[in-house]
Amino acid sequence: MSVKDCILIADHLTYVYGSGTERVVKAVDDVSFMIHPGEMIGLIGHTGSGKSTLIQHLNGLLAPSEGSVYYHGKDIHDNGFDRKTFRSKVGLVFQYPEHQLFEETVHKDVMFGPKNMGLSAKEADLRAYEALKMVGLEDEYFYQSPFDLSGGQKRKVAIAGVLAMRPEVLILDEPTAGLDPKGRDEILGLVKSFKEKQNMSIILVSHSMEDVAEYVDRIMVMDNGKLVYDDVPEKVFAQYKHLEEMGLRAPEMTYITDELRKQVFPSLPVVTTLQEAKEAILGTFLLDSGVSL
Amino acid sequence: MGIIKTIKLTFDYIRRNEEGDVEGITTAVDDLTLDIQPGDFVAILGHNGSGKSTLAKHFNSILHPTEGTVLVDGKDTMDEDKVWEIRQTAGMVFQNPDNQIIGQIVEEDVGFGPENMGVPTKEIWERVENSLKQVGMYDYRKASPNKLSGGQKQRVSIAGVLAMQPKCIILDEPTAMLDPQGRAEVIRAVTQLNQKEKITVILITHYMDEVVGADHVYVMDKGKIAFSGTPREVFSRVEELKSLRLSVPPVTELAYELKKAGIPLPDGVLTREELVEEVSKLKKEGFRRIVR
Amino acid sequence: MLRDITLGQYYQTESILHRLDPRTKILASFFYMLSLFLFTNVYVYVLALAMLLLMIELSHVPFKFIIRGMKAIVVLLIITAVFNLFLTKGTTFVSFWKFTITEEGLRNAGFMSLRLIFLILGSSIMTLTTSPNQLTDGLERVFGFLKIFKVPVHELAMMMSIALRFIPILVDETDKIMKAQLARCADFESKNIFKKAKSFIPVLVPLFVSAFRRAGDLAMAMEARCYQGGQGRTKMKPLKYKGRDILTYLVFVLYLAGIFVCGILLPKLLPIY
Repeated sequence: MSVKDCILIADHLTYVYGSGTERVVKAVDDVSFMIHPGEMIGLIGHTGSGKSTLIQHLNGLLAPSEGSVYYHGKDIHDNGFDRKTFRSKVGLVFQYPEHQLFEETVHKDVMFGPKNMGLSAKEADLRAYEALKMVGLEDEYFYQSPFDLSGGQKRKVAIAGVLAMRPEVLILDEPTAGLDPKGRDEILGLVKSFKEKQNMSIILVSHSMEDVAEYVDRIMVMDNGKLVYDDVPEKVFAQYKHLEEMGLRAPEMTYITDELRKQVFPSLPVVTTLQEAKEAILGTFLLDSGVSL
Repeated sequence: MGIIKTIKLTFDYIRRNEEGDVEGITTAVDDLTLDIQPGDFVAILGHNGSGKSTLAKHFNSILHPTEGTVLVDGKDTMDEDKVWEIRQTAGMVFQNPDNQIIGQIVEEDVGFGPENMGVPTKEIWERVENSLKQVGMYDYRKASPNKLSGGQKQRVSIAGVLAMQPKCIILDEPTAMLDPQGRAEVIRAVTQLNQKEKITVILITHYMDEVVGADHVYVMDKGKIAFSGTPREVFSRVEELKSLRLSVPPVTELAYELKKAGIPLPDGVLTREELVEEVSKLKKEGFRRIVR
Repeated sequence: MLRDITLGQYYQTESILHRLDPRTKILASFFYMLSLFLFTNVYVYVLALAMLLLMIELSHVPFKFIIRGMKAIVVLLIITAVFNLFLTKGTTFVSFWKFTITEEGLRNAGFMSLRLIFLILGSSIMTLTTSPNQLTDGLERVFGFLKIFKVPVHELAMMMSIALRFIPILVDETDKIMKAQLARCADFESKNIFKKAKSFIPVLVPLFVSAFRRAGDLAMAMEARCYQGGQGRTKMKPLKYKGRDILTYLVFVLYLAGIFVCGILLPKLLPIY
């Protein structure tokens, strides 16, 4: 893939907090990367590594101290660049749905984005339905107050509120925080379906290495404002020692197979997901026992 | 005699519409009987809405049963004269770290409970110092809570409860809003309190890995206890847990999957070391036997 | 803008004023404010200025930091000065076009502005050297006598202290909510005042909902920690007067005596105004 069909390019982004005072912090430090259509990217880093600051640059909520963000080749901070439309194209869903739900009904709340874009009431209405269908919220909730919903449902409505603007890129900041295991699977499954069905690009900010390993095809690792890794999960998680130094870790499966490799099966590959681990271990068992696959 | 005992506890939420008329009744806790032994580390697992938090709030006399009885150290929570004794015996840590710190300086927050109890000034200072040391936050005693990380704030909250010298600490999803590092800090602190100070711990959570070290696990669903047992017993029931919107720790799941595929591993494998040991045992015994 | 207001802000450093009992500082600032309203002449204001400078020096708070607090009241200051300057009747000092400035007006404008500046600076020194919780503690004790009149002094002090703790949290939350709505193309920059007010509904609703939830949580957490009002509570940090507090009271008694001398005696001996 080339620079040409990139949706977003972050070019040497730097963001400095508190310039002019004694305590200058580089929250984002010379970060560059590209985002292509249909990619699902995991963004990891410990709290305070600069992840949140970085994603706010991608939809123009923060302007970089140095460097630029390009959307389809255009600098988003150029004079005359239509930032409002741009924000609808790079959707950002924050961690707590409670921070955005405010209307009397779920349906009205989801219409907020489309209406702000200047769409007609009818079009906004349609978009809201479409988005609510996409997140799989049952019809019976459409005209209820969003405040009466469960945590998982609120999260779906918050995502729908951004989907209704039909974004090309969807950025989710810890969409599964506080949800039970089934709720986590539901949300992540949903997000993956957006990528598969609409070729949306997804950036998933997460603290769960298991989730990241399971769902994304590319991982970006932030530490101290710097982008330390930007690679496929296997490559990134193979560096788990380095990740641990940064206050992160690899998925449990990587550690298990690592131990097994050291103590039992020297030929086990590096794996990141349960499915991979299962296949690798079973394969080795069969191989060792002389049964050809 | 258990430290916390519920006998046929039922709690109904009454839902009202905008006019204040009763719209319906939701039974959050349903005819639940349990008995928690002093000194135990007990975990209550359950999906969102299973009733686990409602149950927890009964242990501290914040909520009172619609039917049935809750006894804390032998005292009935319905007995209004005993409310403050009960709250001293069974301290409570809540989910949101920001919404339970009252003081503007760490040490003052920890002193809040003892102040309310009328503890003399000198003793308050001793208690505050000890409690902060027990959760490893003594170095932050002069800090503003707003400057702390989530895990640190929760540890301050735990210290705040400890300063009341309870026999039992109830933690209502204390890690739900924390990052992995903060979660580990909190669980480490709680485990230490249980082991060193012999304080009874009741941990309410939906993170499976936090439960592995517990003495006893209750799994809740629809206001009832679906099943309970040691972590090993509970995590042996993978499919049942999944049907209750829960899961098992990754190692347990891997062992379970391998077993399903024909490798004779035991049920309820809880740690990495255990799995490695079992697999290497199988290797020594020879594989031919196990491959179907 | 909001960041410039130093009034009510605490400046952490080491000084004798920081170590004083909050009650001493509250009462001393009260005496100081009182002294500004008793008399209006040059002698009194020179003495008040001397006292102010002494306190600023003793506080160890950088002068620049204290002055920053004045920015917020510049507008108020100008309005006060202008009103006094043009609207006071008396002997004409200068006159141009439709405006007349009187000698009395000049005098009033000068004194009023000085009074305002001294007031703000004087109270700033108190808040800059007293941490918010000390301040609430002090206020609770100073106004403790109001309990006889059934004023819930303890409860008010507790409310103030909780408000102070939650202000930074809510400010932070407001920022997050605004960003979440901006991400949905919300527009907060409308020039039209009605549109602008309306555009803040999506921020205010989540903020209120959250504040109420926090309040509920906090009440529950306080009850769980045996809070039952001020009755029977002990103090972790009880307030105790020390030698330096007595000294301070003495200084202020002398200061007030000085004010009376400057206000009544001196003008008779050496009349200027």
